[in-house]
Amino acid sequence: MSDASDIWSRAALAVACFSVDPAGLGGIWVRARSGPVRDRLIAGILAGLPPMGLRRLHPNISDEQLFGGVDLSATLSSGKLVRSSGILGTPTAMLLPMAERATAGLSARLALALDAQSGHALIAMDEGAEPDERLAPSLADRVAIHLDLDALAVGDCPVLETDFDAITQARALLPNVQALPEALDTLTRLSARLGITSLRAPLLALRLARASAALMGETLVDEEDLTLAAELVLAPRATVLPQSETAEPEAEPEQQTPDTPTDPEDTTEQSERDMPIPEEILLEAVKAILPTDLLAQLTASKAPRRTASAGGTGAAKRGNRRGRPLPSRPGALDGEQRIDMVATLRAAAPWQPVRAKQQPDRTGLHIRPDDIRIRQFEEKSDRLLIFAVDASGSAAMTRLAEAKGAIELLLAEAYARRDQVALISFRGEAAEVLLPPTRSLVQTKRRLGALPGGGGTPLAAGLRAAMELAEQSKGRGMTPSIAVITDGRANVALDGAANRPQAAEDAQTLGRVIRSRDIPALVIDMGNRPQPGLKDLASTMGATYLPLPRADAQRLSTAVSVALDA
Amino acid sequence: MTRVFPFSAIVGQDEMKQAMVLTAIDPGIGGVLVFGDRGTGKSTAVRALAALLPSIDAVAGCPVNAASEAEIPDWAQVEDRTIVSKPTPVIDLPLGATEDRVVGALDIERALTRGEKAFEPGLLARANRGYLYIDEVNLLEDHIVDLLLDVAQSGENVVEREGLSIRHPARFVLVGSGNPEEGELRPQLLDRFGLSVEVASPNDIDLRVEVIRRRDAFENDHAAFMQHWDAEDSALRARILAARETLKTMKTDDAVLRDCAELCVTLGSDGLRGELTLLRTARALAAFEGANAVTRQHLRSIAASALRHRLRRDPLDEAGSTTRVTRVVEEVLA
Repeated sequence: MSDASDIWSRAALAVACFSVDPAGLGGIWVRARSGPVRDRLIAGILAGLPPMGLRRLHPNISDEQLFGGVDLSATLSSGKLVRSSGILGTPTAMLLPMAERATAGLSARLALALDAQSGHALIAMDEGAEPDERLAPSLADRVAIHLDLDALAVGDCPVLETDFDAITQARALLPNVQALPEALDTLTRLSARLGITSLRAPLLALRLARASAALMGETLVDEEDLTLAAELVLAPRATVLPQSETAEPEAEPEQQTPDTPTDPEDTTEQSERDMPIPEEILLEAVKAILPTDLLAQLTASKAPRRTASAGGTGAAKRGNRRGRPLPSRPGALDGEQRIDMVATLRAAAPWQPVRAKQQPDRTGLHIRPDDIRIRQFEEKSDRLLIFAVDASGSAAMTRLAEAKGAIELLLAEAYARRDQVALISFRGEAAEVLLPPTRSLVQTKRRLGALPGGGGTPLAAGLRAAMELAEQSKGRGMTPSIAVITDGRANVALDGAANRPQAAEDAQTLGRVIRSRDIPALVIDMGNRPQPGLKDLASTMGATYLPLPRADAQRLSTAVSVALDA
Repeated sequence: MTRVFPFSAIVGQDEMKQAMVLTAIDPGIGGVLVFGDRGTGKSTAVRALAALLPSIDAVAGCPVNAASEAEIPDWAQVEDRTIVSKPTPVIDLPLGATEDRVVGALDIERALTRGEKAFEPGLLARANRGYLYIDEVNLLEDHIVDLLLDVAQSGENVVEREGLSIRHPARFVLVGSGNPEEGELRPQLLDRFGLSVEVASPNDIDLRVEVIRRRDAFENDHAAFMQHWDAEDSALRARILAARETLKTMKTDDAVLRDCAELCVTLGSDGLRGELTLLRTARALAAFEGANAVTRQHLRSIAASALRHRLRRDPLDEAGSTTRVTRVVEEVLA
């Protein structure tokens, strides 16, 4: 583990390299909370920038500001077409604060600008507090330097000095810097061993190595430059620990004592392949700075993001494109929004005589920018509650009647909130959609009352039916949640065979699929005794688990409402 | 200015390159969907394709790239009516593009400053007779997807809003790319793409090194690199043009039609679009290879691209659609 001053001196080198070739390196991603440490770094970066534009973006920046468009205020006041040029029109260093908040749309646009190689560079300041709150992967992939300064205190971080002469000389030298083909091979192989699939990484690493060589006043990339490139560009992107091919996957690299003879990596690496020596050196350098919690981070990032909270009414989206119209509001036209022509004219109308007196030579309507009204819509997606009810023999014996009662109570509640409900039952060999999504209370009650019991427990088939229904309803703009009500003794596999282990495995697999589709779920155990297997299934699905050994319909209903509204 | 990496210089990713070339030969195939990891050259390939495509003859000032004066839509006020050779349009549809920008809308600036009711054409107009490229297509908002589905199907964009009633041709090849980890596509949109390919970073180290080497040469030894690859691109362009001619006289046996149908029936793909795409793509491939009739070998090479996105999804078989297609192809064409 490298200590604070190491991190800071590496950051200083990164900033210097970035100053040499900002556009080539694409940018810097700084992950740090707002504070003096970050301020010092940003000050250093800005001081070293070549004479190019510097613009501050914000996560909700409009297309108009990015790409340019009609300058409406100027157009209206002068009466002829005036266009404004956007930020992306000229080579610019773009400072993006709160980078973790940038939407997929903005990230895609910025990624496009970086791809165009027209001289843009991005300085992304990421203040994300949670591991999964971070710069969009599409952008992270395109900026060379990733710095994580969260662990630093301001005392560790002296003010960055910018050596303008060295940087100017390095910029002049950069086009002449050569890299041996072996250097390129080494970086590519190394990134493959670190599990970096993107091919942008070795390219960016090579560019960083060139910048570093230029900074040293050399015209050939040497080992030192490659090491720096590996540390700054490749190490933060690593997704596997380099020795994981043979060692235990859980084994943390022994970074404090890399020379310990018992360390498995030494033996494996030497026997593994005949590597050129520099690659091993680079690998050591990278390993030395790999975060100790890499594995924890990996599992965190593998688990799908669960952004949507389970339940409540469907997500309300306030937008300006469709949905229920809201009152228009004053606003500037930015090419994104739709103008409410009538409201705009209405706002302008009272002023016409006054304005006509002010500008007697103009004919037609006098409309000023502040008259413009923008349309707004609010869209609320319907919540859909999918009940997957176990109607097998074992369940029927115990509490099917109670489950029915609970569902009826929930139905009444759903009716009051205008939610939609769907009903799936599984028994015997397969699952059946008894009722497609509906708001009809009567119909649901009737189907539910007639729900027959008996047969095996094809839990996996029930889960699959529920998931398919959820996916379909998502496509139709609904927000689905799944409530599985079962006693958990899955004994019929997906193919309909009575095979208990296979049935359990199929159920687990489907649980994972449901989780990966990000569908909120709830597992209600109506067995006489809570089933540990069901609890596992619930955690696989990312679902809330509710054991209800002695619940009546009223308590079941309350529990479901609480869990779904949480 | 932006430099475009030459299409022929893209290492590997043969299926993706083949699919793109085939849509250039026969735009009727209906587009390509490229799904894969980041940094595998998806966007590079699309931009390179733009530079590779043969140019089209179109009216100079026409917003929808009309081929002749007669085809200029009546709402367009075109001043320059000479026929010029334009590069095939490859239009980006950015994420978060508004409905107005996509389909076109009332030209507000003219309405306000001059009091005229005029139509400002959108991206669909500009993409007519060319390509419409959507990066991160799986993140596209639903209402834009709905619009695209309709237009891609009918080949015509109809705008009825804000007192406008406008229609114009919008025939384009849809090219989408995305990362499957970030979300899936609705089956309806999937079906609109003629071909779908899956790309992955090459696992072979030497291949990866070659990718980096070429990219490095492109950046640092630009002139020499382009001289070599421009020649390759020109040769490929000539082949595409020749294939377009060959396609007109391409013969297709009934046996091949029967094979197509049997493949689709065995795989259980919905609708007849599968068969049609299979046939068109096989014909384009045969033309590209200079053959004068479609053979089973052609079918075999393109079956996976044409069919893998048309299968009914099996939630337990996440990555298996390619395998399923290959298996069925082997059975049927044995």
